[in-house]
Amino acid sequence: MSQHAAILPILIPFAAALLQLATKGLGISAQRAIGLFGAVLGVFAAIWLVALADAGSVLVYALGDWSAPFGIVLAVDRLAAMMVLLTALLSGAALLYASAGFDERGRHFHPLFQLQVFGLQGAFLTGDLFNLFVFFEVMLLASYALLAHGGGLARTRAGIAYVALNLAGSALFLIALGMLYGTLGTLNLADVALRLQTPGMDVASARLACMLLIAVFALKAALLPLSFWLPHAYAAAGAPVAALFVIMTKVGIVSILRVQAIAFVPAAVTADLLDGWLLPLALATVLFAAVGALAALRLRDLTAWLVLASAGTLLVAPVFPQAAVSSAALYYLVQSTFVAAALFLIAELVAVRRGDVADAFQPGPRLHTPWLGLAFLLAAASAVGLPPFAGFLGKLMLLSALRDSGSATAIWSVLLFAGLLLMLALAKGGERLFWERSPKHPHGNTHHPFCWRRSLAVALLVSPALLLALFARPVSDYAARAAAQLHDPQAYISAVLGPHDITRETRP
Amino acid sequence: MEALISIAIGLLTACGVFLMLRARTFPLILGLTLLSYAVNLFLFASGRLRMDAPPLIRDGASYTDPLPQALVLTAIVIGFGMTAYLVMLALRALAESGDDSVDAREKT
Repeated sequence: MSQHAAILPILIPFAAALLQLATKGLGISAQRAIGLFGAVLGVFAAIWLVALADAGSVLVYALGDWSAPFGIVLAVDRLAAMMVLLTALLSGAALLYASAGFDERGRHFHPLFQLQVFGLQGAFLTGDLFNLFVFFEVMLLASYALLAHGGGLARTRAGIAYVALNLAGSALFLIALGMLYGTLGTLNLADVALRLQTPGMDVASARLACMLLIAVFALKAALLPLSFWLPHAYAAAGAPVAALFVIMTKVGIVSILRVQAIAFVPAAVTADLLDGWLLPLALATVLFAAVGALAALRLRDLTAWLVLASAGTLLVAPVFPQAAVSSAALYYLVQSTFVAAALFLIAELVAVRRGDVADAFQPGPRLHTPWLGLAFLLAAASAVGLPPFAGFLGKLMLLSALRDSGSATAIWSVLLFAGLLLMLALAKGGERLFWERSPKHPHGNTHHPFCWRRSLAVALLVSPALLLALFARPVSDYAARAAAQLHDPQAYISAVLGPHDITRETRP
Repeated sequence: MEALISIAIGLLTACGVFLMLRARTFPLILGLTLLSYAVNLFLFASGRLRMDAPPLIRDGASYTDPLPQALVLTAIVIGFGMTAYLVMLALRALAESGDDSVDAREKT
């Protein structure tokens, strides 16, 4: 049974989506029950996978028992298992929130949500680059429909720009894959890594193909010249959808980390591929996001800029392919994902309680919900990296891991200055939302009944800010082991390809 | 043949990019479609162009690489689904705003 553990996180949401489509006639509560049951099952499957992966070897699952590099394989190392667990937890909380009424604002919410989780989990688990493209498309197609869920012109318009941009990105992805296949004759990541180390290929085409691949991942990760889509799309999406989208930028970042560590760094021809340009762009992304956050007029816009800021911070990591940097980045990634998702949900809860001013940073009616303010405080403090929360520890680990790099001065000053700007933005926003009352609304808004699903979802997403700080040791130890495994590409390659020596015919 | 295919790919890409840069939804969709044709041709060519060779491996017979053909098939299916969705989204934006510009404002 345990040899099939790798496929379970992909199969569970897929089965749930099919079941939900088949039982549409039974009404919304059946859909919710299936979705939430699938989410709980997915979390258990992910925990099991983390336990299996933490034994130390890369689990390889050959789909249809066609071995690599001819068949498609799933390759589960500690990093993949960790991302699967993160996705399972995040999507579970987002689904719980959506089950309190958001899912009834349009059709087919539940199957689409499960299909998006299916695409995300597949993208983290696959060990084949074309299969990665397919899972990207599954994830994107579901995200297009989820972005438009709930209706309204703002969402449709944001949807057109988002879909068009991602279609262009997909075209670029296919060009990169075509060049890679034309040059190296393989699309299996481990085999690509092996081919890149073998002399005798067309170096210029190989480098160009790898660069295009990085460009596509950078588009998903929202690196600066390719990041203008993110604030619009994320701020336009409904709260639980935006919360799930937070993990989508992480797919791009993890993909860059993985191809860089496994394929590019060990090969002499591609080892310097990210040098010189990624670091300035990543730091520029952080600054751009911080300035954008200062200019944001609503909490949901501000949160979208925070997502961008954390993406920029994380994109510093692939520049320094060392276990210490990656380990710190992985810890930071986990906390920033939870915190940004929590802020999206808090933004909507605040918006419904403030009537027509919604979550705009204007004086409005008084909020009778101190727990919401507390949740905002926790999430905001962790997002900007104030002690004693997880965001502080993550940033501290990242900064101290980068202390010995040549560009430490630039990285430290940009990250700390951007942190200050973000803190100003969140402090100003929080003050307007929670403290300033306008004379037009003297008695506050109408009473809102306590909704346990929404509150529990917010609590689930905010609590990691504290829990990851309290249990920082086991989490950062796991991240360190995951990073050490990531930077041991030979173990990954030999686990995926096995001992066989593949003979190839030479191509014209 | 290589020259012909590369000129065709280049022309399709150029037309696709030109149409995509028009800020209206219909040219945008046509542009993306042309771009996806160019990409499909490119993928197909990545297995090398060979005349009179089936993608089947038999003893002694000449054959062409079957993998790019499978990749193209997948890419066509995915691209088709995406384009269909974009057409639907564009029609919805047109119905809601009465304007097919990509940054249409609310109908007043």
